[in-house]
Parts: sequence; structure tokens; C-alpha cells
Amino acid sequence: MKHFKESGVVDVDTLAGMGYVPSEERLRRGPVAIYECVEEIPCNVCVFSCPFNAVTKNKITDLPRIDFSKCTGCGVCVGRCPGLAVFVVDVSREGSVGYVTLPHELLPAPSVGDEVLLLDREGRGVGVGVVTRVYRDRVTRSWVVTVSVPKDLVMVVRAVRVVK
Amino acid sequence: MVDRRIYAHPILEFKRGREITIFFEGVPVRAFEGESLAAAIYAAGVDVFRLSPVLRRPRAVFCMVGRCGSCIVRVNGFPTRSCVTPAEDGMRVERIEGLPEVSRCERRLVSEEIVTDVLIVGGGPAGMASAEVLCNTDLSVVLVDDQIRLGGQLIKQTHIFFGSKELFAGKRGFEIAEEYSSKLSKCSNLRILSGATVVGVFKEGVLAVSDDARYLIRPKYVVIAAGAYENHLVFENNDLPGVMGAGGAQTLMNVWGVKPGNEVLVVGSGNVGLIISYQLLQAGAEVKAVVEALPRIGGWFVHAAKIRRYGVPILTSHTIVGVKGTQRVEEAVIARVDENWNVVGGTERSIRVDTVLLAVGLTPNVELVRQFGAATRYVPDLGGLVPLKTPYMETSVENVFVAGDLAAIEEATTAFIEGWIAGYSILIKAHGGREEYLARRESLLRMLHEYRSAPVSEKVRRGWQLSILPCGGVTA
Repeated sequence: MKHFKESGVVDVDTLAGMGYVPSEERLRRGPVAIYECVEEIPCNVCVFSCPFNAVTKNKITDLPRIDFSKCTGCGVCVGRCPGLAVFVVDVSREGSVGYVTLPHELLPAPSVGDEVLLLDREGRGVGVGVVTRVYRDRVTRSWVVTVSVPKDLVMVVRAVRVVK
Repeated sequence: MVDRRIYAHPILEFKRGREITIFFEGVPVRAFEGESLAAAIYAAGVDVFRLSPVLRRPRAVFCMVGRCGSCIVRVNGFPTRSCVTPAEDGMRVERIEGLPEVSRCERRLVSEEIVTDVLIVGGGPAGMASAEVLCNTDLSVVLVDDQIRLGGQLIKQTHIFFGSKELFAGKRGFEIAEEYSSKLSKCSNLRILSGATVVGVFKEGVLAVSDDARYLIRPKYVVIAAGAYENHLVFENNDLPGVMGAGGAQTLMNVWGVKPGNEVLVVGSGNVGLIISYQLLQAGAEVKAVVEALPRIGGWFVHAAKIRRYGVPILTSHTIVGVKGTQRVEEAVIARVDENWNVVGGTERSIRVDTVLLAVGLTPNVELVRQFGAATRYVPDLGGLVPLKTPYMETSVENVFVAGDLAAIEEATTAFIEGWIAGYSILIKAHGGREEYLARRESLLRMLHEYRSAPVSEKVRRGWQLSILPCGGVTA
């Protein structure tokens, strides 16, 4: 695997190494935020946008630290992160369907019930999902979209294309 | 008829003026009052704006901010930079073949002399920040800006700002520009001369000119925040229309709502290259690839990830070797480069594109600083020739300050902080170091230091050390 600064793509092992992947037990308990903020950049939007103080930084240039016991998976940070680098995954429901909540800023505008092409971190189509929830963030006006995905793809799907 | 305008956008709403008609080479062209004339012409499908002076090669928009001269046309008889000229109903626009001529028509210019405490040159983030600090103080301030709209490059920045709460984080650049424009319009001691260019320093004062006026300005203090211009790159046919600065394309697309092209190659993977690629996707264009000569992506990972997840390839260790086309780019040839930046023979391949955007860095606009006699130094890490300055942003010439990209190629957040520091430094000089001003300036210096402590700011940190003057009275 190439370094993420060569490919523009990060893998789950690297994310886990940075403390961004919650335990199996936490994942089963309910939705939770996955941060893919892997480079120390001067930003702390996530810290002050989290209503539950689950995200902290000592210095503005540190990587964010997520307290998964405080994170409720509410998704506020998904619509606020300037890097569009936060996602919420949910594998807590019975059956084979999981959910990914992601930031979206492309037309056509997504609406609930829309069929979407599920894309991985390299833009490859990996399946088809359905929009289950969508709103525009009050501050950034980005769409925050929740889509259904096969459970085993919640750490794979990172973008969608609305098929209309 | 070709229409390159963007009517639907996921984030932006284009507020266009009244619909008007201009004439390009005698042909009526739809335009909107107050928009950039170059954008209106380009929107109608015009690819060739002028023919070059010697070889009569086609030229078109490149920088869109009045720096490059590629879009000079004849407007109602006068050679004019169309990109920084607002469209007006009935304008007659003609191509210029070769060098533009001095118009035989006379233009009435109003002449005015202005005595002011402070002159700010440039209405981007740095200049606006200085003006903000000086707003409603007892100092008179004149801000000269040469664009149609105030805000510098912020007006085309549609991405969300990084950084901390006190530094606009979470807002988009154009929203910050709108906010500041409205805030500054309410400062009773501030006069803004828009669409005016500072052309030089004379014995009698600083000369600024606009289309209809000539200002001779005599300031006690000066803040030069003139920004930077986009770098070009050497490759075959690099002057062909369709080859544009990434910043120029951003202005076309995000300020005026005109799509620069449909199939695009972006050269350079710094933040500018990565961000423009994402914005092109938002405008409905296809980005065929981003090429980067270095083996690693230059910009921030998050910006790279944003385009990778929509399938845009970032080809590291690749460069552009040429473009082909007659009136406009029709294809681009790219190739692999080795660690010495030499093209590896046999790796050339052609990509069908109509547009090539260059995001290969910026060079500070130091001309005015040098006219003031301030010392400069060549510091590649900061973008080239940069003024020497104290930590308080004062140059080697007393009472002449600098801020923003002109001082070091960086970004808007640090330009704001530097602009504020320059503003407070002037207040401190004018008022003999009041406690609150000194304290505020110290905290801004700490903020700047913290902001630059990130690994991604390593180049700037290194360069800054080479361009810094000791505090106090200085001579170069």
C-alpha cells in the first residue's frame, strides 16, 4: 500500500493506528464518527462543533482525539469539517444493512429515497445504496447524507453519486 | 450558440445583474451588468481574445485578475484589460492583433490629491484586515483595490475555511469577503477606491489611477498588501487558449459562474490544484487527472482525498510536456519524470482535454515595495523575491508595512493575521504604544506562531527566518 501522501487514499489499518477506528463492541452499540484526518493541519472546527465534547486537541495542529464513549454519532461534525474528512458509520441494527453518513457537495441534489452509486476512497463503484436521511448543514450548506450500504462496506464507502 | 454559464451549482448562487447586450467583433453577446467583461465574452464561447504581438498567436484569458494582459481587447476604442472591466450595455469590443495602440480618443480624468494618515494597497484578506483594525479610529485611511469586487482571492474561494473559531473556520471564503465588504463600508474614516491601480511612487506621492480618475495620495503610513501572481510553466504551446491559471479559472467559475472547460487537466497538486479540481467537479466539469512532478502530493491530504473519492487520478512523478490544438487546447501530452525532473523517454501519452489549469505556485508582487526602496531577498520557500520585514510587518523603510502573500506565499488565514498585526503596528506608532494595542498585537503574534507550527508549514517557517528584520528602527 502506497503512503497516503502518494496516493491520496488512506487505508483502514492506518486509521486504526491513529486511534480512529472504534472497538467492535462500540460499533455494535450505535452510530459513531470515523475521522479520516490523518495529517497534522492547523484546524479545530471539529473540536468546537462537537456538542458532546467528544473531540479534543491540545494544540491546533494536533490530530483530533475522539472519545468514542462520548461520541453519539450525531453527525454534526460531518457537515462542518472543512476537509470533508468525517463520516458516521452505523452497524448497530439487525440484519445485513449498515449506514454511512457522509458530506456531499455535488449535484444532483440528494433526497430521501434516491438511489445512489456507492464509491470507495478511489472513486470505484462498489454497490448501490439508498438515501435514508439528508439535510443541509446550517453553517456550511453542505449536504449531510445518510445512505444504506451492505454492512461489510461501512469502512469502504466514502462518497456517493446520486443516480437521477 | 455556446453558453458556458453555470446555472445550477451545489453551493453557490450566482447573483447576476441586469441582462444587457455587448458586441464582440460586431456580434451581439448576452452579458450581465457589472460582471467581468472577459467572463461575458468567454461565456459566449469566444476562445481567442487577441493575437500576440510578434507571431500572431491566439491568446485568451489566463489570470482573470488584471495581471497577465492576455485578455486585452479594444473596448469602445480603448485597449482594456477585459477581466477587470465591468460589462456595460452596448460596449463595443474588438480583438487586438499585435500590440495595442494608444487611443486617439481623449478620456476625461478627474484629478484628486488625497492627504491621508494611512494608505492600504490591496483589498484582499491582508489589506481588509489592516483596514478593519484602523476602522473608526482617529486615523484617516484610504484603501486602493484594482478589482471589480473587494476581497482579493477570497471571493473565489468556495471551500470551507480551516483554522480556529476566531479565524473564520467553518465559513467559506466568499462569505468572509462579503462580510468584510459590508463591515468596511461602514467605517467613517475609511475611503475605498475600487477599480483603481497604484502605479507607482513619485516625488509628490503615490499615484493611483482608475478608468476615470487620477489620485495623488500622500500617506504617513503605508500597508502594501498587493498579493501575488500565478506562475506559468514551460511546455510546448503553453500560450494556447485553454491553458489557464488555476486561480484565473477559479475566478471565472466561482465568481462569475462561467465554466472554464469541460474536460480538464490540472498541473500541480498543491492545495490550489487539489481545490480547483474539486470545484470543477462541483461545476459539472470532468477532471481527467492531476499531474504532480514530485513523488508525493503537495497539498493537504484531505483535499486530495476529496477528489480521489470521485475517481480523479493524481499522477505523481508526472508532468505536462505539451498541448495540441489550433484555436484552443484539444489534447495534452503528459509523461513520467524521474527524480531529477527529467522526462522519462517513451512514457509520453496523450489525454483529450479542452482545458489545462496551471497550479504551479505563486510569486509575490514586490514591485511596489521595491519602488518604496524597501529591501528584498530571494527566498524560494516563500515564493521568490520577498520584502524583509520585522515581526511587526514593517519593511526596511520606516512606516512602510507589508502583509499577506506579498510577504510570503501562504494562505488567507495568515494573511488576515499579518494584516491585523500591521494595523496594530500603525496604531502603536501613531499613539505611542497603548497597552491594549500592544497586548492585542502580542496575542496575534502568538496566534501566527501557533498556526505555523504545523508540519505542513515547514517551508514557511524556514523561509520566514530568512526574511525577518530585527525590531525597531532598521536600515537594510
